[in-house]
Amino acid sequence: MSNVGIVIVSHSAKVAEGTADMVRQMVGEEVPVGYCGGDPDGGLGTSVESILKAVDTAWSDAGVAILVDLGGAETNSEMAVEMLPVERKTKVVVCNAPIVEGAVIAATEAAGGASLDEVRRTAEELSAQ
Amino acid sequence: MTEAGNTRTRRLIEAVAATIIEHTGELTELDSAIGDGDHGQNMKRGMTAILDDLDAIAAKPLPEALKAAGTQLVMKVGGASGPLYGTLFMALGKEIAPDPTRDDLTHAFAAAIEAVKVRGKSDAGQKTMLDVLVPVCEALRNGGSAREIDEAAEKARDATRDMQAQKGRASFLRERSIGHIDPGARSSQLMIAAVIDVLGEGA
Repeated sequence: MSNVGIVIVSHSAKVAEGTADMVRQMVGEEVPVGYCGGDPDGGLGTSVESILKAVDTAWSDAGVAILVDLGGAETNSEMAVEMLPVERKTKVVVCNAPIVEGAVIAATEAAGGASLDEVRRTAEELSAQ
Repeated sequence: MTEAGNTRTRRLIEAVAATIIEHTGELTELDSAIGDGDHGQNMKRGMTAILDDLDAIAAKPLPEALKAAGTQLVMKVGGASGPLYGTLFMALGKEIAPDPTRDDLTHAFAAAIEAVKVRGKSDAGQKTMLDVLVPVCEALRNGGSAREIDEAAEKARDATRDMQAQKGRASFLRERSIGHIDPGARSSQLMIAAVIDVLGEGA
């Protein structure tokens, strides 16, 4: 896949899955999508292990943009990025954007063949407003 | 690694894990007051994972044991405290000598605190675990006795009560976060107390 991939990391498995559904509705199969939500026991929270798997699912040579909800999702995502193999690490970014709107707009941008930087910038413009 | 060293590593890990697991309820209550209430269960999960792997971890030289324990916390805790405590342990492991002197420990602890600051994009004064770790490192550097360091940690923990949270879920409460001890400050102080208990005056 040559389009940038999108990963959704929520504290809630339902939010993650629902957000992924909304992304799919917009871009179909044109963009690789990974998502995860919940701590290692299935409660509300995030898990580095699950984030690493979701990045793998959404992997694209063009890179992967991660959308997160609350603080722990961001901290765990940044930790996961650092644990990636060195050749992947530089191709993954955590976006400072609202999770649902950010994921949908990032995926829409990615579907048009935008670069990882452009995808991130488009998502982050939502936070600047 | 000497047998004595392995025994010490094992005792340190057991003591830290035991105190966190024993205080799961209290940590949950503190976190429920100003956060999402998962700190106790999350830390318990992480410590249980470390205990499950105790034989393998305690057999390693101290730096490798700390890195392995930190990795377990990163992978198993499930909240922001996973990467934060995981980074603390992993950075300690990276910086510490296999059989550290007090100066080695001070140097490694200070470096590990800097790594936590970067991970959490945070600093002392924001009502976090750093508000205990930073004064403890100061006391260590200034030659404080085990008892003085222990007391510095307790005082620092209690001082987070009057702070307004600027990081994490608690910051959403703004001034309503004042009046509660920070759960991360409490878990840090518990760990410090457990380590001092094992190392005693040799700290």
